Amino acid sequence: MSTTMTDNAIAQTRQVLPEHCLDFAAGAAILGTGGGGDPHIGMLMAQAALEKHGPVDLVKLEDVPDDAVVIPVAMMGAPTVMVEKLASAEQFVESIRAIAKYLGVEPTHIACMEAGGVNSMIPMAAAAELGLPLIDADGMGRAFPELQMVLATLFDVQAAPMSISDEKGNSIVLETVSNKWAERLARTATVEMGCSTIVSLYAMTGEQVKRAFVPGTLSLCRELGKCISYARHHAGSAKDSVIERLGAVQIAEGKISDVERRTTSGFARGRAELATDRGIVEIEFQNENLLVRRGDEVVATTPDLIIGLDTDTGEAVTTEQLRFGTRISLIVAPADERWHSEGGIELAGPRYFGYDTEPVRPAEFSA
Amino acid sequence: MRIGIDVGGTNTDAVALEGTNVLASVKQTTSEDVTTGIVQALHSLRTQHEFGPTDVDAIMLGTTHFINALVEGRDLAPTATLRLGLPATASLPPMVGWPQRLISATRGRYFLAHGGHEFDGQEISSLQPDEIRAFAHDMEAAGVRSVAISSVFSPINDEFEEHAAEILREELGPGVALSLSHEIGRVGLLERENATIINASLRELADKIIGRLVAVIDAEGYSCPLFLSQNDGTLMDVEYARKYPVATFASGPTNSMRGAAITSGLETCAVIDIGGTTSDVGVLTNGFPREATTVIDVAGVRTNFRMPDVLSMGIGGGSIVADGQVGPSSVGYRLTSEALVFGGSTLTATDIAVAAGLVDLGDASAVAHLDRDMVMAMVDQIAGRVADTVERMRTSSAPLPVVAVGGGSVILPKVLPGLGEIYLPENSGVANAIGAAIAQVSGEVDKVYSLATRDRSSVVEEAKADAIEKAIAAGASADNVEVVEFDEFPIPYLPGNATRIRVKAVGDLGIKEMAR
Repeated sequence: MSTTMTDNAIAQTRQVLPEHCLDFAAGAAILGTGGGGDPHIGMLMAQAALEKHGPVDLVKLEDVPDDAVVIPVAMMGAPTVMVEKLASAEQFVESIRAIAKYLGVEPTHIACMEAGGVNSMIPMAAAAELGLPLIDADGMGRAFPELQMVLATLFDVQAAPMSISDEKGNSIVLETVSNKWAERLARTATVEMGCSTIVSLYAMTGEQVKRAFVPGTLSLCRELGKCISYARHHAGSAKDSVIERLGAVQIAEGKISDVERRTTSGFARGRAELATDRGIVEIEFQNENLLVRRGDEVVATTPDLIIGLDTDTGEAVTTEQLRFGTRISLIVAPADERWHSEGGIELAGPRYFGYDTEPVRPAEFSA
Repeated sequence: MRIGIDVGGTNTDAVALEGTNVLASVKQTTSEDVTTGIVQALHSLRTQHEFGPTDVDAIMLGTTHFINALVEGRDLAPTATLRLGLPATASLPPMVGWPQRLISATRGRYFLAHGGHEFDGQEISSLQPDEIRAFAHDMEAAGVRSVAISSVFSPINDEFEEHAAEILREELGPGVALSLSHEIGRVGLLERENATIINASLRELADKIIGRLVAVIDAEGYSCPLFLSQNDGTLMDVEYARKYPVATFASGPTNSMRGAAITSGLETCAVIDIGGTTSDVGVLTNGFPREATTVIDVAGVRTNFRMPDVLSMGIGGGSIVADGQVGPSSVGYRLTSEALVFGGSTLTATDIAVAAGLVDLGDASAVAHLDRDMVMAMVDQIAGRVADTVERMRTSSAPLPVVAVGGGSVILPKVLPGLGEIYLPENSGVANAIGAAIAQVSGEVDKVYSLATRDRSSVVEEAKADAIEKAIAAGASADNVEVVEFDEFPIPYLPGNATRIRVKAVGDLGIKEMAR
């Protein structure tokens, strides 16, 4: 049997090319659930790396060998800084090399921890530069603000040893007692290093990745992006096709009538009011959209994906873009079921973010 | 007396104003050569209202010449970009994502050097003068005549851009045109750098055109100062305009909006400028257009400089009405021959307005046969879509009066759903030239401050004082300059309380103190 032929055939149809990046980024903005950082800058970096080094193979999660050495890579810090102090040419590679050297391994695959927002694109750039395949999956199936908020934490995969690299050539390797400590120490180091770093973390085997990752989320980004570019070319809205592709439900549609923001301990917290035909709907956000209320009743919460779409185009609307008069279709997409386990809720449920409620899901998801 | 002239792509409009009183106004076709059209406009004004060159205190000019040159990729200077930030930023070179045609037109080349700052003002790496000198020699050899300088976080610390400029001037001579990014854009390196490169590429053209304008106005006997209108609705003197041609890019819509404010007497309002094919909607707050906070696409290049927030829609006086839909296709300038009321055979938005009795134009009997219900449905559609666009531009639920200007404004009903009665000011056809003539002078500060080591109130006071000082330096009278805008945006994901502060100060032009 000629497995090589088959592998080649798969490789040919499953490659990331520079011209795919726009769609990937538009889809990643949707999975960003209002936050995750603007994918645009990541898209430019991925495009530049793919043009320079050639296409990247996108490997299905199920096809990753059990003994694969997988290194996930991400950007950490403030999006405002990322768009000003752009990464150095070697920063991605340095970060991955630092952790590989510490662990004494030779990476075989690059992976994405966060498919929502800018971190969907960083692993593409890194994979292109290293000439390694990228796994078509991610560590959470959305965007979350802290590094321990990945399914891997539920499977006892450790974030550390992890590396943190700045653009000057400095790298730190952390050993920590928990993923929460990794978050605390990496965040502090990132601030000291100028608020924008590349981190390589949750190094794992192929076997672990297959248990702890959400399959197909990078192709999902591209498909969502294709819905948007199709709608744009046909002067229509991608809203319905986005809802269908995500298995989401629309819970409200209307115009933003009030936005309130405050920045505390580095997070853009706030709430927005959506005026709908059925009264006011409130959206609570902390970088990402986390909870929706209609009157006193909570109608949706994290860990499900609460996504604001521009009603006219179906494109993602970030919490930073929310302002009076923005016309939003608020949709809720089901999070990966593992997020709804006891451990998942403890890690990223409403109480973790300070909302005194059990998780609430639209009735459609429990059926 | 002041004269305002707005040179658009199609029409050149001019007015002579005493205070806000219109003494004379003309509308003519734009000449290929900007200066001839301006001379003609001045002559036409004088035939309407007699005045001599010495009666004029100032001439204000709005022009789309520079943005058109960019869009068409013509007359652009050989330009280089010097970026200071290594080892940071090397992952994305300057001009990434630019249309190839513009890269060729500017013969764009770039140099990455050490320098740049962190968000808190510390150095990323120190400036290396020898490295910059070596690049200067390469630039000279390549025939570069204009240089854009960008440094990481220069809106927080401009020291490296200024130092690099000094070195380039030493090496390349005083004739080299230098554009510094901290003077042009805000935080967001690529977008600010793009705006700076665009500016750099237009410097030679600006020098040439503005030189000619000054010469022609001198030759006509006017010894008063000449000003150009900027994107934010304020003025710049000719020396400033030579250095910052990008500041003229959006002066067209801005002047229309400002003119609408003056002619209607409303300081805070929404303005609908209805043309033949499209309409622009903007919002004025205290007499100034609200600025867009997002990235602005200029000729296919992402930029972040100061531009008014304008929403366009495909409805105008010439919009074709077919299958129950108004626009987006339009008969455009052929309206006066193709519309039913003008003896043509195409049903347009103007025909609908005549049939509905909103305006008396052309031959009303040519639309008498139209189905009454269809006509009313189309009027409702126009009103609904315009109202909708205005709605989207609102930032609060406070009532917002609506002013309509432009030749196509006849197609609007007197009342818009949810917005009330529309103001249709006098002289609305030359609102843009009026807007240019009444413009004031501003100074702006837009910086990121770290509040970790400083008291917030001292930072705010410093920013306000800087803005006022900049306005006075730009020609504002020290007697009445005041802060008109103050915004503070906390920056997410950054501990240490970093905050971006934007302050704008505006004052009347100190004409008496100025001499050209």
